[in-house]
Parts: sequence; C-alpha cells; structure tokens
Amino acid sequence: MDKFRMMFQFLQSNQESFMNGICGIMALASAQLYAAFEFNCPCLPEYNYAYGIGILVIPPLWFFLLGFVLNNNVSMLAEEWRRPMGKRRKDPTVLRYMFCSISQRSLIAPAVWISVTLMDGKSFLCAYSTEVDVHQFGNVSLQGLSEEDLIRLLAKIPCKHIFDGQSIISREAATRYLRCVSQAFGWVFLILITFTAFMIRAVRPCFTQAAFLKTKYWSHYIDIERKMFDETCTEHAKSFAKICIQQYFESVSGEMRSFHSPRHGDSDDEEGKHKSDDDKLLGIRAQDDMNKVLWNWHTCKPPLDLKSEKTGLNGDVNGFSNHVKKEWAVYYSKV
Amino acid sequence: MERLKLVLQYFQSNSESISNGICAILALISVKLYTSFDFNCPCMPQYNKMYALGVMFIPPIILFLLGVLVNRHTGVMMEEWVRPPGKRSKNPAVIRYLFTAMIQRALLAPVVWILVTLLDGKCFVCAFSMNVDPKYFSGMPNNTGLDLQKLMAKVPCKEDIIFRNNTFRKAVSRYVRCYSQTIGWSLLLLLILLGAVGRVLKPCFNHAAFLQTRYWSNYLDIEQKLFDETCVLHAREFARKCVVQFFEGMQDDVVLRLPLSPLHLRPRQKEDDVDGEDEECLHGITRHDQVDHLLHTWYMSKPVLDVTKMAFKPRVYITWEDIDGRILCSDV
Repeated sequence: MDKFRMMFQFLQSNQESFMNGICGIMALASAQLYAAFEFNCPCLPEYNYAYGIGILVIPPLWFFLLGFVLNNNVSMLAEEWRRPMGKRRKDPTVLRYMFCSISQRSLIAPAVWISVTLMDGKSFLCAYSTEVDVHQFGNVSLQGLSEEDLIRLLAKIPCKHIFDGQSIISREAATRYLRCVSQAFGWVFLILITFTAFMIRAVRPCFTQAAFLKTKYWSHYIDIERKMFDETCTEHAKSFAKICIQQYFESVSGEMRSFHSPRHGDSDDEEGKHKSDDDKLLGIRAQDDMNKVLWNWHTCKPPLDLKSEKTGLNGDVNGFSNHVKKEWAVYYSKV
Repeated sequence: MERLKLVLQYFQSNSESISNGICAILALISVKLYTSFDFNCPCMPQYNKMYALGVMFIPPIILFLLGVLVNRHTGVMMEEWVRPPGKRSKNPAVIRYLFTAMIQRALLAPVVWILVTLLDGKCFVCAFSMNVDPKYFSGMPNNTGLDLQKLMAKVPCKEDIIFRNNTFRKAVSRYVRCYSQTIGWSLLLLLILLGAVGRVLKPCFNHAAFLQTRYWSNYLDIEQKLFDETCVLHAREFARKCVVQFFEGMQDDVVLRLPLSPLHLRPRQKEDDVDGEDEECLHGITRHDQVDHLLHTWYMSKPVLDVTKMAFKPRVYITWEDIDGRILCSDV
C-alpha cells in the first residue's frame, strides 16, 4: 500500500506539478522582465503607436511559444498526431485534450505580461497620446498651431523631460486620463480571462464528464506508455550489449584457447573456484591476449547478431563447450 | 488498520488544510496586489466615481472567481450535482454543505480587498470628494477659473498645480478618509461578530445531521482522489504489459533469446511475486474497450455504497455433534 502511495505521488508529482511549476516560474519571469525592462517611448508621432503596441503584443507571443518549447508534452502530441494508424486507432478527442492543456498552461505567462503592461499604463500612454482630445485638456485656445505641430506636441506627452507645451496642454491631466483608460482595459481583460477560466473549469462537468474521464485517462496512458517503452528499450540495449560483448570475448578467447592446455582442477572446490574466475575473465589471462581483444574491438567489431548456443561460435571453439559438456556414466551389470 | 488510519488522516488533513492554505495565500495575494497597484484617480468629474468604484468592486469579483476555481471542492460538488443517480441516490444536504464550504473560502480574498481599500481610503477620496460641501472648509482657491465640480474633482490629485501644498485639499482629503476608515472598521467588526455568532450557535441546530453530511462530503472527496490514483496505477501497468507484449510479438528465432526486462533476470520465486502484484494492479481490465466501459460506468452509474462483501468474509464456526445430536465441541 505504501509502495503504491509513493509511486503514485512520484508519478503525479513528476508530470503535473512539474508542469505547473514551470508555468508559475514563467509567470514570475514575465512580471520580473517587465519590471526590469526600461520602457523608452520614442515620443515621435510616426513611431509611438508601433512601439507602444509592439511592447504590448510581441513579448506575449514570445512567452507563448516559449511555453510550448518548454513543455515536454508537445513532442508527445506531435508523435500521436503523426503516427500511422497501425493496429491502434487514433482518438481525436485525446489529441484535442492534450492540445488544450498545453495551450492553457502556455497562456498564463502572456496573460500576466499583458495585464501588468496595461495596469502600468506606460505603453498605452505611448501609443495613444496623439489621440487625446485637445479641447478637454487644453489650457488656452490653440493659436496658430498647425495640425502637424499639434500632433508632434501630443506625441511628446509621454516624455516629461522634453515636453514643452505646458501652456497649451496639461500634460499631467492627459497622462492621468490615459493611464485610467489603460487600467480600465487591464481590469476588463483580467475579468474576462478569469470568467472564461471559471466557465471552463466549473461549468464543464455539467456537460461532458464521462467523456472527459476517458480522455484524461488515455492521454495520461500515452505519456506513461512512451516512458515505459524508452525504459524497456534501455534495458534491452543493456542486456543486448552485455551478451554481445560476452560472446565477443568468448570468441576471441576461443581462438586463444586452442594454444593453451585445458585446466584440470585437483578437487571439486578448486575446480569451482577456478571456473568462476575463468567465467569472469572470459578466457583472457595475458597481456597480449587483452591487447588483441581491444584492437579487434575497434578494427573488426562483431556482427549484431546473437547466435543461440547450439550453433556455436567458431569452428575452433571448444573451450566453451568444455564447461557445458555433461559427463555420462553408463553402468553395466555383469551378468 | 494502523496504516489505514494513517492514510485516512493524511487524506483528511490534506484536503481541508490544503484548501485553507490556498485560501490564505489568495488573501495575501489580494493585499500584495493592492499595494503594488498604482492607484491613478482621473480627477475629472465624469470619471472619478466610475474609476474608484470600479477599483473597489471589480478585483473582488476576479478574486472570488479565482477562489472558486482553485478550490478542489468545486469539482467534487459539480460532479456530484450533475451525475445521473445510477445505483447511488443523491444527498442534497451534502451538495449544500460542499457549496457553502466553497463559497465561504472563496469570499475571504474579496472581503480582504474591500477592507484594505476602505482602510486605505484612496478610492473613497477619489469617488466622493465631489460630494463634500466646501463651505465647511477654509482656504479654497477661487482664482482658478474652474467651476466647483471640476475643482472638487481635483482634490484627490495632490500633484496638481492648483492644489500643491494647499490646506483645503488636505482637509477635505482627511475628512473623506475618516469616513472611509470608519466604514472599513465597522464592516470588519460586523463580519467578525457574524462569524463568532455563527460558530457558537451552529451546534445548537441539528448537529447530528451535520456530522453525517460532513462525513459523506469528505468521503466523496477521498473517493475521487482514490479513483484517480487507481486509474494512474492501472495505466502504468497496462502500458508496461502492452510494451512487453509488443517486444515479445516481434520475436524472431535468432534475435531474441535474451532477457527483455529485469523481471526475467531475477530468480524465479521473486518474479512470481512481482508478476502477481502487477496482475492485481490490473484487476482484470486488460483491453481498450474494457477500460472505456469502466470509465463510462463510473460516471453514469456509480456503484452502491456497500462494501460488506469485501470487508466481512464470513467466519466459519464449527460445531461437533455425536450421533444423537448432542454437542461435543463448538466454536460458537
């Protein structure tokens, strides 16, 4: 029971908590990146909008893609999507479920960036300062200011160090107004995504619970099966390699062995001990023999073909069969 | 028995204390969010009230929805509410209990936000500075050329040129903040009183039924967790057998006379045990359609709450009688 608990915890924690942890770390990184980023509005009418909206939109795209890159399940999804049908049919609901869960996790960091940007207000201010209604914020009537000059002045609103139209427009009032609008958008955005998440999580059980249990099980199964397959392959390769190497050593020692006389132990004990040592050494006892083994391993690797013991390894090898040869005693009755 | 007790305690403490912990974390997040939010009153008559009341009430809605989302009981309650009755009748008292527990926990963070807002006072000053009658305060600047509404609307903004270092602005601000803090403290006192009264009076009403409902709602939570756990273990075994079968199916005469998995390398008796345990994990469910049917039935027709057969195997009591029917020896 305890073993199962620990195993379950390990499995569960490995897959889900790991992904949730990465998700949380990326959200924090997103907030930290915004705080560390030095926003630098160009204060020129042609570039303000592009810069402001660019800062609002491009880093979220980058975070979204990064979320996909860091998520291990993406390759699993791609594999399951592209595999030929074979003996196992494909279930589109499972693919959709996997895609949705990956997307949901990847969307958190971009959402954090967008909400922090809107709450802070700088990028909104930079992008829309030229759209401000002058009559609402103007101090005196505009005398002889051409359209172009006015736009250029409005574009300087985000930069308080170079703004020089204090007599014409109240910079602080306009800034406050734009930041309010930005924060309002930010709150609306937050409430929308929270409401969407709420509808998905709390209301979904009303509709597709039975099918949902099935899809969750099979997507989890696909992940586990992939891991088990990799594990089994590794074990297989280890055993394959072990026996291949064993056979290679024995094949080389077989060639060597024909020059050495077979050993005869005095007693059974010694015979046993010698046999186990012999087994471990695989017939290689001298420096020259070992050198030959190492040289041949590189220049003439054995084939990847494990023969069964019956067919034998080389025509010359008898040393090995010495160990497995059985002694037959036949008793005659003297009648 | 000991182990079972430990497991139950773990589940019990795990579910409730985790919910409480998350609830407290949300409340802390709410405070942190308020302190890091840069309150920015527009100081214009048409927008002040809208902005301030928006800041006071929209984040609580968001925090409430978040509180409902992250609570585990939401899922349990929704499932129990919408499932078909099947073999197990539904108990509305349990659903009500889960609902109230969830709502109570989810309401903590919004209430914390509203209280912090009121105690801080900035929202109130922004929203209601225009409603103050300026004749009670001296020092109002009257050479600005602005009408009264616009002037009062600028009170929350202390960096504005009109009001820099102005005692009138400070006085009005302080006045409205007092109001705000009074309301905040009264609200806090009221909530604490309500909580205390509710806590003290609850055992007076139907305590026995309450114990039952609490037990069965915990049971539902634990049952769902155990089901998920069993599904995971089953999937693992299923996958392992599937992969091993696949390897064995690829056998050629020459290639695969070697151990496929560590199981085969161990001595015989251990291998039997491990296999036996694995078989037990599968519980006889070995095919795709069997698994699908199992999951479908789990939702559509939950099993009866009756484990008598498994929990109590009948014990055999033997009585020896002689030929005449007299009892010689008996276990009874």
